[in-house]
Amino acid sequence: MSYWDVAPEHWGLIWDNLDYFLWGAAKFTDQFPYVENLGGLAASIVLAVLGILGAFWLGLGAGLMRISRNRFAKYTSIVYIEAIRGTPLLMLIFWFFFLAPILMGQTLPAFHSTLIAFIVFTSAYIGEIVRAGVNALPRGQMEAARGSGLSHVQAMRYVILPQALRNMIPSFVNQFVSLTKDTSLAYIIGVNELMRTAVQVDNRETKISFEIYITIAILYFVVCYVLTSYSRRLEKKLSRYQARDR
Amino acid sequence: MAMIEVNDLHKWYGDFHVLKGINESVEQGEVLVICGPSGSGKSTFIRCINRLEEYQKGTIMFDGRDIHAPEVNINTLRSEIGIVFQQFNLYPHLTVLKNVTLAPVKVKGMDKKAADELGLQLLHRVGIHDQAHKYPAELSGGQQQRVAIARGLAMEPKVMLFDEPTSALDPEMINEVLNVMKDLAREGKTMLCVTHEMGFAREVADRVIFMDYGEVIEQNTPSEFFKNPQHERSQQFLKEIL
Ligand SMILES: Nc1ncnc2c1ncn2[C@@H]1O[C@H](COP(=O)(O)OP(=O)(O)O)[C@@H](O)[C@H]1O
Ligand SMILES: [Mg+2]
Repeated sequence: MSYWDVAPEHWGLIWDNLDYFLWGAAKFTDQFPYVENLGGLAASIVLAVLGILGAFWLGLGAGLMRISRNRFAKYTSIVYIEAIRGTPLLMLIFWFFFLAPILMGQTLPAFHSTLIAFIVFTSAYIGEIVRAGVNALPRGQMEAARGSGLSHVQAMRYVILPQALRNMIPSFVNQFVSLTKDTSLAYIIGVNELMRTAVQVDNRETKISFEIYITIAILYFVVCYVLTSYSRRLEKKLSRYQARDR
Repeated sequence: MAMIEVNDLHKWYGDFHVLKGINESVEQGEVLVICGPSGSGKSTFIRCINRLEEYQKGTIMFDGRDIHAPEVNINTLRSEIGIVFQQFNLYPHLTVLKNVTLAPVKVKGMDKKAADELGLQLLHRVGIHDQAHKYPAELSGGQQQRVAIARGLAMEPKVMLFDEPTSALDPEMINEVLNVMKDLAREGKTMLCVTHEMGFAREVADRVIFMDYGEVIEQNTPSEFFKNPQHERSQQFLKEIL
């Protein structure tokens, strides 16, 4: 019996479960957040989006502290960034999962504690991106701004950061892509994201592991590919506003 | 009282003695041209005047106050001294008009409408008003440098510093920039210009100083300096740039 004899049946089962891969057992409600039991790819994307948004602000703070002339701020952020970059993400996920009950006296839902782990983890990398992005601008930009009477803070706010953040967009998208893939780690502490829905269906159907993991590989790939190609387009569009020389 | 009074100015980069005791005084309305070989400290000297560079010894008086006096606010000081750089350093993410109005709006708190009016008027003065809403990258080098001059003028500075404003330009664009600078000079602006453009110096400079190895080794009126340089090193230098 060749694979082609069973393929229609197997792929039929995949088709039957596709909605579960895409959004789990989601149901709409009339109360915030208007949906419950969100799972599958949708949960992965929500984790990644909230993660990158949180990490952007935390990372921006860490990055600005990293380049600040205030030594306390600078060394605090160096320790933070280096400690986190030297830690496996999976360990951070466990760490926040088991830390929450100690700190707050009650367990935090797995979704929330992984989200915190993702934000903290990604913010360290964003901090480095921010530092590199600001340092990569020609020195003349800061000199021109300060030379015209703007304070250091004003120069950062109106001249340096608008340019630096624009130049960083491709790196941010990169982080977003990494994070999207890393959301699969949330599986381990029971968050019902794409990886976990795959395992659940696999346990139930037993015979179609191959097709299941092909399917979720494609789903991860499509999301990441769309993001990267969008980033490439954006990069081209923005390059004309970049400061050249020095 | 002189507008700028520099007294025994010394600066070191580590062990390297870049400025070795500069004494110079610039009157209101005076146009001073600074020339000298590359690396002689010309940029460092004029950048000390608006404190873009720190110095270790000596004093600089601007409009009657020591620029390092505790009551002098560094941002106010800088807004009274316009500077134009060799590489233009326009803000690439802002339109030409916004490049000019940023400092008046943010530093002086000028309202946006008044700032736009001022900006357009300055752009008119340098001949770029019809490009006000373009981005710097869409302009030629000469046009960009003229925008940079308008930006420098936007805070109505008492002094303008120019650091080789035409050195990065294609030859056919040099004159459009020099003409704007000549107009400013004739209107009575106090100017310190690092430049090797002899035509400009002859036409509008009151005085030329020649720097070498961190010292001013010769100074004279432009016509005398170019016709009859006294120092061996200035003779050599003039021979090379001709
Ligand atoms: N940040 C710096 N660190 C060390 N040396 C410097 C620095 N900036 C300039 N110099 C040195 O100081 C000297 C004078 O530089 P500069 O004022 O730019 O000369 P010029 O404008 O006359 O060409 C040069 O030898 C240069 O290499
Ligand atoms: Mg120079």
